[in-house]
Amino acid sequence: MKNIVVRNTIQTPIYQQIYDQISSQIMNGDLEADQMLPSIRTAAKELRVSVITIKKTWELLEEQGLIYTVQGKGSYVRGYTKDDLDELKLEKIKDSLKAVIESLKSYNVSKEKMIEIISSIYDAL
Amino acid sequence: MNSIEIKNLTKRYKTFTLDNINLSIPKGYIMGFIGENGAGKTTTIKTMLNITKRDAGQVSIFGQDIDKDEISIKSKIGYVSGNMFYPKKTLKEVTKYYKSFYDEWDEGLYLDYLNKFNLDSSKRIDELSKGMQLKYLITLALSHHAELLILDEPTSGLDPVARDNLLELFQTIIENEETTIFFSTHITSDLEKCADYVTFIKDGRIIESCSKDDLIDKYRLVNGTEKELLEVKERLIAFKTNSFGFNGLIKTIDLKETDSFKVGQPSLDDIMIYNTLHKGGIL
Repeated sequence: MKNIVVRNTIQTPIYQQIYDQISSQIMNGDLEADQMLPSIRTAAKELRVSVITIKKTWELLEEQGLIYTVQGKGSYVRGYTKDDLDELKLEKIKDSLKAVIESLKSYNVSKEKMIEIISSIYDAL
Repeated sequence: MNSIEIKNLTKRYKTFTLDNINLSIPKGYIMGFIGENGAGKTTTIKTMLNITKRDAGQVSIFGQDIDKDEISIKSKIGYVSGNMFYPKKTLKEVTKYYKSFYDEWDEGLYLDYLNKFNLDSSKRIDELSKGMQLKYLITLALSHHAELLILDEPTSGLDPVARDNLLELFQTIIENEETTIFFSTHITSDLEKCADYVTFIKDGRIIESCSKDDLIDKYRLVNGTEKELLEVKERLIAFKTNSFGFNGLIKTIDLKETDSFKVGQPSLDDIMIYNTLHKGGIL
C-alpha cells in the first residue's frame, strides 16, 4: 500500500481520509485485483493511527464491495470489470457533487447559476 | 476478552478520593490514561495492582481475580513506573536480579531485544538516556512474556523523537494481538498517534472511557459571535471569550439543527482542557 497520507489538521475523520485514498486507488487500478492489503495492525502501525480506525476503514471498504476478506488470511482487493468501475466512479462523483450542491443551496444559488459556476471553473482549469 | 476489568474501585485518602472507578481494556489494544497531574492516574494504577490497598471494588486481570491469583497475574505483567531502580548498577546486574523473579524468562528473546534496541548490558543504568532506560525496562517486561504492559507516564521527560519512537514501539508490540498496553500520560498528543482507547480521569473520577474515535465524535468545538454565545451558553461544557467572539466545547448530542455558529472536530487536548473547566466557566 503506497501513497496514503493522513492529516490530523483537517476536519475529515481519519478513517474517511484513508478510505477515500484506498478506494480511489482501487478505482484507478493502482491497486490491482486480488492484491493483498496489509493486516489491520500493520497498517495501523505504519500509518500511525489506531487499530480501531483501520478496522473501521477496512469494514467500510468491504461494505462498499471494494475488498473481500478471507478468514484467517487477510483482505484482498476485489476484481472489477470496466463497467463496475465506471459505475463506482459515477457514484463517487455524484457523492462529491451532492455535497457541493447542498452547500450552494444554503447560499440560495439557483440551479442555472450553479451550472454556470461549474462550467466557468471547468473552463478555467 | 478483557485484559483488565475494574469495577467500582475506590481508594480514600484524607485529601483525595479515587471514586468508583470502572474501566476495561480488551486484549491486544492500547489504552491511554489521561488527566491532569494529581487527577488520580498513579493512584488508580497502584490500587488496581494491589501496590496500595483498595477500600472497595473488584479488579480482574486476564479474567482472574487479583486477590486470588496475584502472583500468577503479576508474572504476566510488565509494570514500568517513572522511577529507575538501581541507577548505579549495570544492566547485566539488574537483569540478573530481575529475571530471578520470573519462571517464564526467555534469555534468547532478551538478547534479541538488547541487540535490537542497541542496549549495551555492560553500561550502568544512569549512563543511559531516558529513552534508552525505557527501552531497557520494556525489554525486561517483554523477556518474561508479559501479556500486559502498564506504564506510568512513560513519555514524560522524553524529547519528541524519543517519544515518537516509543509510541511506534507500542504499536509494534501489539501487532501480535497478544499484548495489551495501558499507559498514563498528561500529553494528549501521545494518544492521537497510537491509542485505541482513552480513559480520562478528573479529580479521582472517570469522565470518559471509550475508543478514541468515539470520544472525539462525542464532542464538537464551536466558535461564533458574542450574540451566538447567548444562544448556546447553557449547552456548552465550557467556553473562552476573546475580542472576536467565543470558542467552546459542546457534546455532539446537544447541537441543534438551527445552530448557526461554526462547528469543528476537537482534539483530545480541547476535550481535556474544556472538561477541566467548570460548566459555563470562563478562562
